[in-house]
Amino acid sequence: MFMLGPVGFATPLLLLGLIALPLLWLLLRAVPPAPIRRRFPGVALLLGLRDEEAEADKTPWWLLLLRMAAIAAAIIAFAGPVLNPVERQAGNGPLLIAMDATWADARDWPRRIDRVAALVDEAARDGRPVAVIRLTDAPGQVAFQAADAVATRLGGVTPQAWSPRDLAGWAEALPEGGFDTFWLSDGLDHPGRAALMTALEAKGTVTVFESPRPVFALHPATYDEGAIQLAATRLPATDPVSVEVSARGPDPSGVERELARIALDFGLGAERAGAALSLPPELRNRITRFEIAGLRSAGSVSLTDDSLKRRKVALIGGGADREGLQLLSPLHYLRQALEPVADLMEGSLTDLLLASPDVVIMADVARLSQTDTDALLDWLDNGGLLLRFAGPQLAASDVSRTSEDPLMPVRLREGGRAVGGAMSWGEPKTLAPFPEDSPFHGLPLPQDVAVTAQVLAQPDPELANRTIAALADGTPLVTRKVVGQGQVVLVHVTANAEWSNLPLSGLFMSMLERLAVSTRPAAPEAADLAGQTWVPEIVLDAYGQLQDAGDLPGQPGEALAQAMTAGPGPEQPPGLYAGSDRRVALNVINADTTLTAATWPQGTVIEGLESPPEQALKGAFLSGALVLLMLDILAALWVSGRLGGFARGAVVLAAVLLTTPDARAQDMPDDAKALQATTGLVLAHVLTGDARLDDTAQAGLTGLGEILWQRTSIEPDRPIGVNIETDELAFFPFLYWPVSTAQPLPSAAAYSKLNDYLRTGGMILFDTRDADLAGGSSPEGQHLQRLAAGLNIPPLEQIPTDHVLTRTFYLLQDFPGRHQRSPLWVEAAPPDAEQVEGMPFRNLNDGVTPVVIGGNDWASAWAVNANGAPLLPVGRGFAGERQRELAYRFGVNLIMHVLTGNYKSDQVHVPALLDRLGQ
Amino acid sequence: MSLDLQSRAEMLGQSLPPLMAEAELLAATVMMGEHGRRRAGQGDEFWQYRPVNAGDSARLIDWRRSARGDAHFVREREWQAAQSVTLWVDPAKSMAFSGDKARAPKSDRAKLLALATAVLLLRAGERVGLAGDAAPPRPGRAQIVKLAAVLSGAEEGAEYGVPSATGMVSHGRALFLSDFFGDLTALEAALTTAADRGVRGALVQVLDPAEEEFPFSGRTIFESMGGGMRHETQQAGDLRARYLARLAERKDRLADLARAVGWHVTTHHTGQPAQAGLLWIYNALQGGR
Repeated sequence: MFMLGPVGFATPLLLLGLIALPLLWLLLRAVPPAPIRRRFPGVALLLGLRDEEAEADKTPWWLLLLRMAAIAAAIIAFAGPVLNPVERQAGNGPLLIAMDATWADARDWPRRIDRVAALVDEAARDGRPVAVIRLTDAPGQVAFQAADAVATRLGGVTPQAWSPRDLAGWAEALPEGGFDTFWLSDGLDHPGRAALMTALEAKGTVTVFESPRPVFALHPATYDEGAIQLAATRLPATDPVSVEVSARGPDPSGVERELARIALDFGLGAERAGAALSLPPELRNRITRFEIAGLRSAGSVSLTDDSLKRRKVALIGGGADREGLQLLSPLHYLRQALEPVADLMEGSLTDLLLASPDVVIMADVARLSQTDTDALLDWLDNGGLLLRFAGPQLAASDVSRTSEDPLMPVRLREGGRAVGGAMSWGEPKTLAPFPEDSPFHGLPLPQDVAVTAQVLAQPDPELANRTIAALADGTPLVTRKVVGQGQVVLVHVTANAEWSNLPLSGLFMSMLERLAVSTRPAAPEAADLAGQTWVPEIVLDAYGQLQDAGDLPGQPGEALAQAMTAGPGPEQPPGLYAGSDRRVALNVINADTTLTAATWPQGTVIEGLESPPEQALKGAFLSGALVLLMLDILAALWVSGRLGGFARGAVVLAAVLLTTPDARAQDMPDDAKALQATTGLVLAHVLTGDARLDDTAQAGLTGLGEILWQRTSIEPDRPIGVNIETDELAFFPFLYWPVSTAQPLPSAAAYSKLNDYLRTGGMILFDTRDADLAGGSSPEGQHLQRLAAGLNIPPLEQIPTDHVLTRTFYLLQDFPGRHQRSPLWVEAAPPDAEQVEGMPFRNLNDGVTPVVIGGNDWASAWAVNANGAPLLPVGRGFAGERQRELAYRFGVNLIMHVLTGNYKSDQVHVPALLDRLGQ
Repeated sequence: MSLDLQSRAEMLGQSLPPLMAEAELLAATVMMGEHGRRRAGQGDEFWQYRPVNAGDSARLIDWRRSARGDAHFVREREWQAAQSVTLWVDPAKSMAFSGDKARAPKSDRAKLLALATAVLLLRAGERVGLAGDAAPPRPGRAQIVKLAAVLSGAEEGAEYGVPSATGMVSHGRALFLSDFFGDLTALEAALTTAADRGVRGALVQVLDPAEEEFPFSGRTIFESMGGGMRHETQQAGDLRARYLARLAERKDRLADLARAVGWHVTTHHTGQPAQAGLLWIYNALQGGR
């Protein structure tokens, strides 16, 4: 192939045609544009006229150049140019395509499959047998098959959400005989990779394929120092980059959405980046997973389990705390144990239940009032956990003595018992091993825990079922009863060290955790998981998508614990595993995972995905030639004067569009607008973006302006539409704002401008135009509430009958527009305003109400067309015209109020003032 | 064709009342018509009663009126007379021009205006005919059909039309519709002849907007409609100003000619509605100055 730089030509001989171009120059130059023949009777008037300038009958040089370029492009196109032509080289013998197929491959899996498909196609052309294996699978027989058969199965090859577990096994499972290998690596080092590489190189040539794209891995989130700690690792660690981590979970309506987002910044050459995310507990408890936004890989998703959740625990102690006896307080040890792992609340039961705690702990509380009992039962029915501790008061009371108290799991014997004391026989009792069905099953039993006193349960048929922990002599230590969706748990000893040293032991913490009172602050230890079966509820696929676990078998805690450290595998896919009372997350990346780049032996051929693809340029050149010829048509028409006015207009329009895309933004210079707004009094309306509404507002203010001009000394200029985002508001004493749902909410800057405007004496008339039929719940009314939320609006009231707006020019009691009788809201009068005896009006303060809010569609009633005739009908017949007149009167009063303020309010006090001055 | 032209002309004429051509020298064209002249004379319609004068024959006395009083009255009838109007529509090839596919050629508009005028005149009882021998002036609705037929068939081989004064009734009225691009001496001769016979009337220059604007540019060969004349130019756009000057000069000349013989003159564009042209003709023939 003939190469010219990066471009090769299939038939380079055709390029000789370029030599003919100068000949073309000579030929084309001699031909002038052909004249047009026109039939025209007026030729009689033309006879004898001479052309003013004799134009050359030659083709202009630029037209020639255009034509030559077109022909040159055509010649080059037919010579078959190809960019980056690939020199094919055929191999022979079987081809093994090994794919890592891990979570790290998922980010560009389609491109890897494309590459494999290209390889298989090539092998099919060369007649080579092919085998495709996933190294994440368990090692098995490698069978070379016809490439066609393999090609059909490629679509079904998917990556897996874990790393290769047994590369050494694959090294042994390789078939006999020589073959070439194409290894699509995920770029990470996996144990046994070097051994497999050696084994493969022994069989034939190995080509390795690596993607240059970086791998990101998100570590599980931990809770520390009041914030969620997030960390991510990347490979390779090169340039600074920032990734966004999104916290996702159900919103209050149960729909999953993003709850928070935080950026992790990798510094130059930094492998790891971290950030702390501080969220309110309600939000934090809803998070189900973190993911690196925009990455499709299981490694960039980290599921959260109970370890992030912090329970709200209400503590209620029996009896008054005695000062100085902190260590004897029944709540002291609970407080100490729960403080770091739960949100504690203390107070009266009635108050605490309102805060909807997850757990209520009552230490030695015997009697509850009937109200409290009912409230607690309701709360239990909704899934609360009531944890009670025994104590002297409970033992002495007759609660649950003869019949079972609804808030006690068992009936109690009178008095309790004491063992191992000075006045009793026997040794202090130790704990019996926890039974299989107990939530405490699997917890190690410390030998030094002993119980010296306890309350005793009455023997009962239910007792055995309700006992979840017992002493060595079989007497129940912890009993439990299900109430509704919740449960009541009674610990038969005190919560302090008075009756046993259980609260002093580590077992106490574990038991609280198992009861889901507290949550563990860090990853679960193997011991925590042991002894239970964990059933996967949700599993992650390699792309980081959540899948229903279906009927995947449960995993023993030991295996899960092993997967927690070594990473998930085929048996333990990453996901959320549910135990008896809580769930743990198994993530692809654990807290200690480090990413190591794969290193290959010297001399290995390493391909990237980014090889420049072969690209045929014939089409591009041909279409280029076509475009040039089209231009030639236009140019030839233009030269011979046959390009019609329309085409010329189109060309000009296109040129204008290309050069000044934002011509509209400059259609009124700021200075001109400012001058227009300040040379006279200008009423203004807010541009809503709804053209019809804006036109009506403009026409309405025009009509009101004419009435003002005729009847009063106010002589306004033409009204102006104001864009609150860009225009200066200070020039306008009055803004009419028709509320349209189509109008977007103003920006923060616009809000601050509007607030300045209101504070410095401007007035806005909000018009919802809905006659307030829906009582504020119409779409416009709700939009007004959203609009006004950012405005600094004082308290409002419906306009009182003695408001100054009723008498600034006309005496009015009603303020109709196109609608009538909807309420008008103005700034509320100060509470101390009161009516003086004999005065028709209250003595109201200074100032003009900054906003007037109503829904009477005043602009429509005011609107006039260019001839000064009403634009829109109001009411019917004469009554309608009267209504329009009253609307105008309202407008006059309003503008008077804007411009004269409380002047009319003062006038009525003049007699009183004179009286006081003694005249 | 003639039916279509006729119906369109009738429709155009609908909007105006019947056109009564002004007649100053009525005595010269004493022909009975249907339209009153608002003075006593020959006719069928009652005009007024007047007392008997000496010399009135007894046969003239209206006995029914006279029986109501002592005096005798004569019943007078309104003088009804008709005017003869001669139309000349340029039949030459130049009138077949249209500057735009959407516009009809000039001849179409000229014929339409002529026939609509005829419709109005005939409704008023006037006598309408065409210049030349094909359709001498006659009253009555049947004349419309005849005029439409003759107008539709009128095509001539000449490049530009030559007005003819033949067939004009003395002291009648005349209406010339043409583009007047031809030799103006022929028009001058025709007007002189007409003025000699006491004929007055109006000239309507029917032009296509393209002829007024000259919207051409580039290298062009202009040919007359028959192909008999041609003019080649490299830059048609450069000719515009000089062409327009010559057109204005021709219009001035036309106006001078008309003023010399007391005729009205106007320019009507095929781009305008025909109504406007008809209204002008109506006023001109009615005697409005």
